[in-house]
Amino acid sequence: MADLVTLTIDDRTVTAAPGTLVINAARAAGIEIPAFCYYDGLTLQAACRMCLVEVERMPKLQTACTLPVAEGMIVQTESPKVVEARKSMLEFLLTNHPLDCPVCDKGGECELQDMVFRYGAGESRFTEIKHHVDEKQFSPVVFFDAPRCILCYRCVRICDEGMGVGALGVINRGAVTEIGPNMGDHLVCDECGMCIDICPVGALTSGAYRYKTRPWEMEHIGTICAHCSNGCKTTLGVRNDRIIRGNNRDRSGINGEFLCIKGRYAFDFTDHPERLQSPLMRKGGELEPVSWAEALAAVARRFLEVKERGGRLGVIGSNRTTNEENYFLQKFVRQGLGSNNIDHHRTGDVAALISALAGTTGALASTADLYSAKAVLVIAGDLAQQQPLLSFQIRANYRHHGCRVYVVTPGPVREDKYAAKSVRAATGEELAAVEGLRDELRKESELVILFGDAVRGEAVRRLVALGDSFGIPVKYVCLVDYSNSRGAADMGLFPDLLPGYEPAQTPGMTMPEMLAAEDLEALWVVGANPLKAAQLGSQYAFVVVQDLFLTETARRADVVLPAASAYEKTGTVTNVCGEVQRLKRAIGVMGAKPDLEIFGLLSKEMKINAGLWHPDRVFDEIRRSVRGYNVPLPVLATGGAAPAVPLNGHIPLEARPDLIRSANDTLFTSGSLGRYSKSLNSVMEAPGGLYRG
Amino acid sequence: MTFSTALEAKFEKLLNSYPPGRKRAALIPMLLFAQDEVGAITGEVVNEIAGRLEITPLQIDEVVTYYSMLHREPRGKHNIQVCTNVSCLLVGGAELLEHAERKLGIRRGESTADGQFSLEEVECMGACSWAPALQVNYDFHHFVSPEKLDRLIDGLRKAH
Repeated sequence: MADLVTLTIDDRTVTAAPGTLVINAARAAGIEIPAFCYYDGLTLQAACRMCLVEVERMPKLQTACTLPVAEGMIVQTESPKVVEARKSMLEFLLTNHPLDCPVCDKGGECELQDMVFRYGAGESRFTEIKHHVDEKQFSPVVFFDAPRCILCYRCVRICDEGMGVGALGVINRGAVTEIGPNMGDHLVCDECGMCIDICPVGALTSGAYRYKTRPWEMEHIGTICAHCSNGCKTTLGVRNDRIIRGNNRDRSGINGEFLCIKGRYAFDFTDHPERLQSPLMRKGGELEPVSWAEALAAVARRFLEVKERGGRLGVIGSNRTTNEENYFLQKFVRQGLGSNNIDHHRTGDVAALISALAGTTGALASTADLYSAKAVLVIAGDLAQQQPLLSFQIRANYRHHGCRVYVVTPGPVREDKYAAKSVRAATGEELAAVEGLRDELRKESELVILFGDAVRGEAVRRLVALGDSFGIPVKYVCLVDYSNSRGAADMGLFPDLLPGYEPAQTPGMTMPEMLAAEDLEALWVVGANPLKAAQLGSQYAFVVVQDLFLTETARRADVVLPAASAYEKTGTVTNVCGEVQRLKRAIGVMGAKPDLEIFGLLSKEMKINAGLWHPDRVFDEIRRSVRGYNVPLPVLATGGAAPAVPLNGHIPLEARPDLIRSANDTLFTSGSLGRYSKSLNSVMEAPGGLYRG
Repeated sequence: MTFSTALEAKFEKLLNSYPPGRKRAALIPMLLFAQDEVGAITGEVVNEIAGRLEITPLQIDEVVTYYSMLHREPRGKHNIQVCTNVSCLLVGGAELLEHAERKLGIRRGESTADGQFSLEEVECMGACSWAPALQVNYDFHHFVSPEKLDRLIDGLRKAH
């Protein structure tokens, strides 16, 4: 590292690396220089003039956001001249800015308000009529109020640089300049709402949140997004047991402030009118509401009958329920019901990767690795659509560190734009294409390989062998679909693997086998919708479904038990990179119960002892017994992400590529859950598609 | 869309005038040349140039809405631009503009029904020494009096 530069800021001696901007050098020393347009991680703009500072021997005030530190520099950040300049700038910004703060969404958390409070003039010298432009709706989720805009261009830059979309621009000139959407009068984009949260004022507002509440009237609860596998922290704004908004402005969590449309808007399934609020039981051919006691008693009775008869019973677990729930369920089924007939919808071949990496260390990439790795190889995945945070991380890595990105996909993807090399490869030909990149990849100093469901079974082993042959450190991410897909695998929702990928003595039935078996006597489906695409082979099976909604599978059920969603319970989930994070209960919900509680009540009813059904107690057991899950509790308790590394010895794994199938959700779909989100379905981009670039 | 061979030649020269990766620098001259040929920066022109420069149509719109000499709607065949900035204003620029409005029967910012003339009020065009000045398309006219303007317009009318 080059020698540090020593300078003086507000009479304090500060050292910083050469090239550091004065605004950051000051921040590191605990001195805040205000700014609207300067934003960490984005290109410099120097448009707002709020960060003006006085530098000795420089004739005019300088913008601290573009001024690199220099040896011996003497900076004043709050001198009378600086304060006067800020006051004047604010007076200028307020010439056309409406003072509708009492009704503005941003009121109370507005950077302009804060700045005017700190530096602003008590009265304005402008007596002219303010230039007014009516509010525009850019999309169902993005509104724009031009007069409130202070033209910091944060939104334009986050959309172009951060998201790689570039859907916002700056239209016109001078006093009538405003932010414009890419389609003239509306937006076609990711609908992520990053532009709204990054807006320092109330110019860009959220379709879901606008005019609903005041920020200080909400409770802010940081939990993990219920949708895809990336495990973003979403901070839910809750009032009276209703979620009103989602954002992550406090940059807690692995995603910083990144959220896609799902994390920011698609919490609205929680109060969808079709939400189940009472157990249902089939009586005379129709599903009718019954009490919990009646429903649980009926389920317990039938399950016990089947068990005593030695009849066949199948259990399908969920990609969205917590680790505690998945662990408890498999324990319930294996120990209580004496069966290994448990499986889940496998959206990526995690088990094959864990098996192929047996005996290695440090070969599972974290979310942070994607931002720091020197090179990344994406195989058979449309990251921007399916893994938005991973896509965001890689883009930021490219912009900030010049990461070299290699792409092997069946069609165009967003990564093509900056990829060192993009190769099109049909399904099944990915490895040959990677082989073709061998010479380039060998020259890299390190590599992270992400692969989708097209690479499965034996192909995973060959991919890892190929990675080994490059002679450089290689880390892997097996892409999966949903919020706890990885956890479902780690917790042993497999007929042949126990938690931690320990082999089961006698493998049970796989999901397709259960669905096809004509002699299946009972089917227990937890948070899954297998009958959406398949027929149940058994005519007389007693079907129990735990879900939020009356899905295709629930319609076939004999008993439906209404379940709480991820936003309504506590527990842990494991994201696509194997990072364990804690869900925090945001709201309570009428009628429904968390799946863990349902399991617990059922076990009590059936007099099966599967342990206490409190999430913390179950997680204790997971930490003690599941390989890789002995994660530090303080990390989880403080809202952090702890990597679970369930690497084992050799896993005797029967390659079953036929069981691996991603649902190919896009940014605007989210399995059966996505159907019940009004915002996801309201945007014109929905349902979207993969490999469109 | 297709442009004339002459315009394509200009474009090619432009695109080869900037270092690799800096194609975007050719945007403004390309827009001006295309506008001269097509008559306006139509949506089709925007999409075509966006494709050639590998930028988004929105990035072109940013430029088109910023510069007043770029326009999305066609103007008259003869676009008369009268300066009303300080130097011209002091020697009758404003009166000249009003005279032109009466003479052409249109207001500033409008075009005549036959599409022959359009009238614009513009800021300083650097011809202060010869004020009042105006521009018809790219041609400058200096020391313009109302009478001189009449003769100019009559002459242009006769020419076609």
